[in-house]
Amino acid sequence: MAAILAMFLTFLLTGFFFLTTVTSAVILQYFEGKPQITVFFRDKATKEDATSLTSTLQATGKTASVRYVTKEEALVTYRTLFQSDPLLLEMVTSDILPASLEVSATGPEYLDDLAQTIATYDEKSDIIEEVVYQKDVVDALISWSNAIKIVGGVLAGLLAVDALLIVMTVIGMKIALRRDEIEILKLVGASSWYIRLPFLWEGALYGIWGATSAWVVLMGLIVWFRPVLLSFLEAIPVFVIVLSNPTSTTFLAAGAGLFGILVITGFLLGIIGSAVSVGRYLKF
Amino acid sequence: MIRFDHVSKHYPGHRGALSDITVEIADGEFVYLIGPSGAGKTTMLRLIMRDIVPTSGTLLVDEWKIASIPANQIHHLRRRVRTVYQDFKLLADRTVYENVAVGLEVLGKAEGEIAKDVMKILSLVNLEDKYRQFPLQLSAGEQQRVSIARAIVGGPKILLADEPTGNLDPDTAGEILDILEEVNSIGTTVIMATHNAGIVNERKKRTLTLDDGTIHSDEVKGRYHVSKKKT
Repeated sequence: MAAILAMFLTFLLTGFFFLTTVTSAVILQYFEGKPQITVFFRDKATKEDATSLTSTLQATGKTASVRYVTKEEALVTYRTLFQSDPLLLEMVTSDILPASLEVSATGPEYLDDLAQTIATYDEKSDIIEEVVYQKDVVDALISWSNAIKIVGGVLAGLLAVDALLIVMTVIGMKIALRRDEIEILKLVGASSWYIRLPFLWEGALYGIWGATSAWVVLMGLIVWFRPVLLSFLEAIPVFVIVLSNPTSTTFLAAGAGLFGILVITGFLLGIIGSAVSVGRYLKF
Repeated sequence: MIRFDHVSKHYPGHRGALSDITVEIADGEFVYLIGPSGAGKTTMLRLIMRDIVPTSGTLLVDEWKIASIPANQIHHLRRRVRTVYQDFKLLADRTVYENVAVGLEVLGKAEGEIAKDVMKILSLVNLEDKYRQFPLQLSAGEQQRVSIARAIVGGPKILLADEPTGNLDPDTAGEILDILEEVNSIGTTVIMATHNAGIVNERKKRTLTLDDGTIHSDEVKGRYHVSKKKT
């Protein structure tokens, strides 16, 4: 029971940090795929001003893409984002939304140069309301993601070592308790694998049981907190697809994937713990 | 066939348990090993079952050279050379049937075959009606019969018995000997270490008398006698 409980806690925490890491990686990927600089124009800016800035930026040779977003297109995007909130939709028209230029650099190292070009252009024309750098968001996400990976990795690692030691101790005790039976088995000609295998299998079962119960709890938590998660991550399509319906194939496939990862790791952890014990106490 | 060729066995820190033993035991023989405690009887049995290896000399058990059997291959020998002990070595939490079945389970036999063979062997040792009982519910003689049943199930070629009558009264010891002789009659080599003079003198089998690690006498129809080497 102690071994299964230790495995359960290990996998609950490992599973939690694994999911958090995957989530942050997906969020990161989402933001990295977005335009890295968004230039919001003042209302007085014309289409020609935008075209001129576009040409200036493209002339640097450091842009991968530059896209002009009109006020009307901004409204469409806004409506898509807030379609579930009619109040917000009623209050907004295309007039109050700014036109913008979405700029992607050929490499992150050129972002500063492009920002400088935009600032210089604005000094002369004064048509820019605000410049948003996706880099800041991405950098913050990377540092959060790394922190989660390190904290989660260290905690999961410590718990895994703890679970391993408990499995080793439990299997060692079982071997000691069954030493008479082992002696008899040896006397009647049992092969070393015939004697060892039940202990190895027992360790593996601890891992499988621990991982399975952790998976059940994690999936329960995900289903329970699904509305909260959806509202938090609704801007990212992949989460909307996975979380929108807990009986959908996508959700079940993601759950099955997590189950596979946890159970295989549990199996390996259990079998390593018991193998160490068997190697130590069953020398023949 | 078992052949000891100038075999010696020394335990670290102790004087020799066996010194320069040369003896041959043919297939199907029934041999008593007698001698005082510490004479080397158990050491001879432990060498044959490859629980220990000779310090020097060569010991052959059928095609196996005992000292050369790798640890992970010993089980092949143990399936052919089974042992019965004075303290029975039964599993207290398993029934008579389960204790005997262990001897077949390790051979990988199917459940149906195990059931058939176990009941056949239990009938040979007159315990077929007690197959559901646990060792503690049996008398010492019955426990020893279970132990013999477990050893002979699966048809070993050699049966080693280390003081199998040591804990038994004369009548029960006689019953155990009857069973061992029956096992021997179907071709199994039986080597029995004993202090029981009555049995040795009455049954008149080949008798190897050991004393102080050496073979003092080897008689075809031996008698139990006190060693003359010691004064």
